[in-house]
Amino acid sequence: MARLEVLKTYKIYIGGKFPRTESGRYYSPKNAKGEALGNICLSSRKDVRNAVVAARKAFGGWSERAAFNRGQILYRIGEMLEGRKAQFIEELQLQGATKAKAEKEVAVAIDRLIYYAGWCDKVSQVSGGVNPVASSHFNFSVNEPMGVVGVAADQSTSLIGLVSQIAPVIAAGNSCVVIAAEELPLCSITFAEVLNSSDVPGGVVNILTGSLDEMLKPMATHMDVNAIVYTGNDAETLNSIQEFAVENLKRVRHYPQDWMDAKAQGLHYITDVMELKTTWHPIENIGGATSSY
Amino acid sequence: MIFTEAFLRSIPIFVGINYQSMAKKKGTTTFSIPDFTQSPRIDKVGVEERVSRFQKRSIKKEAKMQGLRMALNMIDLTTLEGKDTPGKVKQMCFKAAHLHDVHPGLPTVAAVCVYPSMVATAKKEVEGTGIKVASVSTAFPAGQAPLDVKITDTKFAVDAGADEIDMVISRGKFLSGEYNFVFDEIAAIKEECGKARLKVILETGELVTLDNVRRASDIAMYAGADFIKTSTGKIQPAATMQVTYTMLEAIRDFKLKTGIQVGMKPAGGISNSKLALHNLVMVNEVLGSEWLTNEWFRFGASSLANDVLMQIMKTETGVYQSSDYFSID
Repeated sequence: MARLEVLKTYKIYIGGKFPRTESGRYYSPKNAKGEALGNICLSSRKDVRNAVVAARKAFGGWSERAAFNRGQILYRIGEMLEGRKAQFIEELQLQGATKAKAEKEVAVAIDRLIYYAGWCDKVSQVSGGVNPVASSHFNFSVNEPMGVVGVAADQSTSLIGLVSQIAPVIAAGNSCVVIAAEELPLCSITFAEVLNSSDVPGGVVNILTGSLDEMLKPMATHMDVNAIVYTGNDAETLNSIQEFAVENLKRVRHYPQDWMDAKAQGLHYITDVMELKTTWHPIENIGGATSSY
Repeated sequence: MIFTEAFLRSIPIFVGINYQSMAKKKGTTTFSIPDFTQSPRIDKVGVEERVSRFQKRSIKKEAKMQGLRMALNMIDLTTLEGKDTPGKVKQMCFKAAHLHDVHPGLPTVAAVCVYPSMVATAKKEVEGTGIKVASVSTAFPAGQAPLDVKITDTKFAVDAGADEIDMVISRGKFLSGEYNFVFDEIAAIKEECGKARLKVILETGELVTLDNVRRASDIAMYAGADFIKTSTGKIQPAATMQVTYTMLEAIRDFKLKTGIQVGMKPAGGISNSKLALHNLVMVNEVLGSEWLTNEWFRFGASSLANDVLMQIMKTETGVYQSSDYFSID
């Protein structure tokens, strides 16, 4: 007798767990051939709320970890992704990519994680420093993570946009709530499974599937979200994010680029989601101020 | 198997306490003291079933807003730590009267709850605000001290101006079946309270069974408690809805038997608005709206107030809130 295949239920990822959406709704995106990709959770604003609570709870522990350890964990995500390459390639193909393109996308995603893993314990040396001031102060600046970052993931790719946006955010020590690509959601949840088995503490990354339009407002107006990272070229969406962000002066970061580009990575993606803190430390300087520190 | 009387008496439940002959006068009512070994047994499965239904009510918009404001007005804002200082207590008293000045027209909390040594400070700080000062006493939280120490402790708090006294029962004695000891102790403290209202803390986390919770509630009320309270907040589990429900039933039965109204204070573990609203629904459906004022119902909590405030602001502005914008103490 023929065996009935067991299909995977794609659920969302909040606080290190895989619940169904609180709303109980789902949608069935299709690929270009008209094949259904699966029944995907249509998350609601309450899922956004729960995800932000989980992200806030995880932020303290994650940001206080040794930067070196964060680097190890990012590297581990890369390792786990490498081990599950085949599954991602299959999903990308189901969502319409050619085999060659799918293979390339997964390879770039892994390399990107390794790239940001290396940055974790180097960000503060490279981006911070001691400032020369003309008074009796030891004056220095360091970058610190912002807190909870809302990520509106690239809607045109399933994996590479997601990874390229999440990696710098968590490398900086932030936690995040991610809205996955609405029509290409498969890789986002499989990536959540990778995160779940990579020593990333629950709540550091939370991934929601569903409608960007529906979830953007509760996320961008949320007083406990400190920044929004948006990829896309829709001027109207960008406008509304900027309006929503006003109430608690969220940082809005807009990246319109193609994430497959090898140059779509760099230190500034990390420092963009950090705040520069400058400290004026009084020192005794009997000889008067000098031009250096 | 035949049980001898001596054997039966060695089991706490069969130790007979002959209170039948005693008559207790409380206010103008006279009633007889029941045999506490015969307190009703509690059906745990039934309680859980009933409680789960209180958690399924949908309370939205205006009703939710009313409920949140009511919950806020029922809070005993509490600090009971070894590291408490007059400064910390002053800060908390200010918060009690100015919960979130960004939003005018909010009620104040019902009371502040402190250790006896902080009562004088608290009393001075809340003067003129209508906020009451509650003091824990009787060697809180363990209650492991002789009666004269407990009486001195209570007298100190009352003399310093406490409006309410939160005493703990002797759980060790209770669990050994010495119900008369527990009863007498509560009665002695009640006498010492004078005008101050007495809340009796059962510390249900140490009483093990719901049967015991019911029995301890009965003992406390017949001995003169004005309020019965679940927990000290130092032991887990604290105010679960199952325990609170059992105590509410005891209060209802006591009112039916004696005509005397007793208040309820769940304390410990009620840290968010949703739980607070569930509790209010339960009080309303078990006891009735008569109990829905801070004269008869209180929440003992330290972090509940901010969560309720955040919910109120969310309802007002439509935007999810952050604890960054609410005062810590």
